[in-house]
Amino acid sequence: MADPALALSPRGRAVPQTRLRSSLRRAGRHKGAVAGLVIVGALVFVALFQNALAPVSPIRIDIAQALAAPGPGHPMGTDQYGRDTYSRVVHGSGISLTVGLISVGIAATAGTAVGLVAGYYGGVLDAFLMRVVDVMLAFPGILLALGIVSVLGPSLRNLMIAVGISGIPLYARLVRGSVLVAKEQLYVDAARVTGVPVSVILVRHILPNVVAPVIVAGTLGMGTAILAAAALSFIGLGSQPPTPEWGRMLSEGRDYLRDAWWISTFPGLAIMLTVLGVNMLGDGLRDVLDPRLRI
Amino acid sequence: MIRYISARLLSTVPVVFGVTLTVFSMLYLIPGDPVKMMLSEFVTSPQQIARMRAQLHLNEPFAQQYARFVWNAARGDLGESIRDRRPVADEIMELFPSTVQLALTALALSAALGVGLGVLAAIRQNSWTDVGAMMLARLGVSMPSFWLGLLLIFVFSLHLGLLPATGGGGLDHLVMPALALGAGSAAITAALTRSSMLEVLRMEYMTTARAKGLAGASVVLRHGLANALIPIVTIFGLQAGQLLAGTVIIETVFGRPGIGRLLINAILNKDFPLVQGIVLFVAIAYVFINLIVDVVYAAVDPRIRYG
Repeated sequence: MADPALALSPRGRAVPQTRLRSSLRRAGRHKGAVAGLVIVGALVFVALFQNALAPVSPIRIDIAQALAAPGPGHPMGTDQYGRDTYSRVVHGSGISLTVGLISVGIAATAGTAVGLVAGYYGGVLDAFLMRVVDVMLAFPGILLALGIVSVLGPSLRNLMIAVGISGIPLYARLVRGSVLVAKEQLYVDAARVTGVPVSVILVRHILPNVVAPVIVAGTLGMGTAILAAAALSFIGLGSQPPTPEWGRMLSEGRDYLRDAWWISTFPGLAIMLTVLGVNMLGDGLRDVLDPRLRI
Repeated sequence: MIRYISARLLSTVPVVFGVTLTVFSMLYLIPGDPVKMMLSEFVTSPQQIARMRAQLHLNEPFAQQYARFVWNAARGDLGESIRDRRPVADEIMELFPSTVQLALTALALSAALGVGLGVLAAIRQNSWTDVGAMMLARLGVSMPSFWLGLLLIFVFSLHLGLLPATGGGGLDHLVMPALALGAGSAAITAALTRSSMLEVLRMEYMTTARAKGLAGASVVLRHGLANALIPIVTIFGLQAGQLLAGTVIIETVFGRPGIGRLLINAILNKDFPLVQGIVLFVAIAYVFINLIVDVVYAAVDPRIRYG
C-alpha cells in the first residue's frame, strides 16, 4: 500500500500532500466557494481594467444628457449631472474593493498583534488589552466608526481608518483564543527551553496556528467593512463628491428615485453583489480551512 | 444567582470607565483646536473662542475635566449643544423613544421572520423551500439596509402609494423603516435557526417524542424549537446593539426623527457636545442591554452561572 500522505504529482514523483494542497482541492469542490471566487474574481477584473471597460470619465458632466434613461450610449443611464452611471459603477468597484482590503488589513494586522501579545504573555498585560477590547466592543455596530470619523473628519482615507479600527476587537479575541491553545504545545515549550527568542517563537511557531481563522474572518470581514463604508459614505461621512463611490451614488440618487430609479439601483446592486461574493467565498473558506467555526 | 449578578455587574465597571474615558477623550483627539473647528462656520472673535473654551472647561487640567464630565453625566447632565443651545440630555430624551420603537419593532420583525424561515428550511431540509429560504437569507445579509429602504420607498410609496415615504408618527411610518432595519438580522437569525434546528432534530429525544406518537407540528415546536432557541436567544443581545446603531442609517433614509439622525446632524454640524452625549448614551445603554441579556440567560440556563 502506498502511503496515503503521498500523492503522485503529474510527473509521477511522490510529493507530500500538504495541508494547503488538500485545502485547495476541497475548496475547488465547494460550490459556494467557487461561486464566490468567480464573483470576486470578476470584480477584481473590472476594477483592474476599469479604464478599458468604461472609457468615459466617471466625473464628466454633460447637462444636456442629464437623467437619461438606460439605453444605447448609456447602458445604465445618467445622473442629474449627466454623468454616465455605468462608468461610475465600474470605477466604483476599485474604490469599494480598496476600502474593504485596507480596512480589513488595518483590523487584521493590529488585531493579530494585540491577540498574539495578550495571549502569549498573559497576566496583567493580557487583562489590560482585553479590557480595552471590551471597551471597543461596547460601541455597537458602526457607532465606533462614526465616532472616529467625527473626530478625524469625513474623507475616504479616514473612513478606512475608522472602519479598520472598529474591526480590531474581532481579530484580537480570535487570535488570543488560538494563541492560548497553541502556546501549550510541546514544540513551543521545546523552542522556549532551547533559548529561541520570544519574537521568533511568536512569528515562527505560534503565528502559523492563527493564520487560517484570520484568513476566514478577514474574508467575511471584507463584506462587513464594505457595507459599513458604503453606509458611512451614504450619510455623507465617507467619500466626498464627485468620487464615484457606490454608497455616495445611492444617496445622490435618493432625490431622483421617482424619475430616475437607475441612479441608485445599479450601485445598490453592485454593493450587494460584491458583499454576496465575498461572503460566499468566506463561508467556503471557513468550511474548508476551519470547519470548527461553522455555525 | 445573586453572586453571578454581582460578579457580572462588577465586570461592567471597567468597561463603563473605559467608555466614558474614550468618549471624553474624543475632544482631545481632534486634530487642531477643537473650539476653532466647532466654531469654524460662524464669525469667530477671540472673545467668542475664549468664552467657548470656558464653557467647555478646556482651560482646566485633563483629570479635572474628566472627573467633571463623569460626575455631570452620572447626574444626567451631558452639557449643552452648540447649535441649539439646549441641554444635550433633553434632546436625547426627546427623540430616544422614537428610536427605541424603531429598534424594538425591527428586532421583533427579524425574530419572527428569521425563526419562521429557519424552522421552515430545517424541517424541509434540502427541498426547494430550504434552498429558497437560504438564498433569501444570503441576499438579506449582503443587501445594504439603506438600499433596501430606498427600494421599499420606491415600491410602496412612490408606485403603490400605500405607505408614507418619510417622517415619523403612527404605525404606517414604522413598517418600512423596521423592515429595512431588521432584514439583515432576520437573515442571520434564519441561518442560525436552521442549523440549530437541524442539530436538535437529530437528537434522540426527538425520536422518542415521535415514537410516543406525538403529532409532527407539536414535536417540532415543543421539543425541537424550544431547545433550538437557546443559541438564537444568545445573539439577540448582539442584534439589539446592531439594530440600535443601524437606526443611524435608517432614520436618515426615511427622514424619521430619532437619536440616530440627531447624531448624524450633530457630526455634520460639528456639534461636539451633542456627538459625545449621544455616543456615550448609546454605548452605556448597550452595555446594560448586554448585562440584562446575560442575567436573563443565566436565569434560564443554570450552566452559565456555574460555568
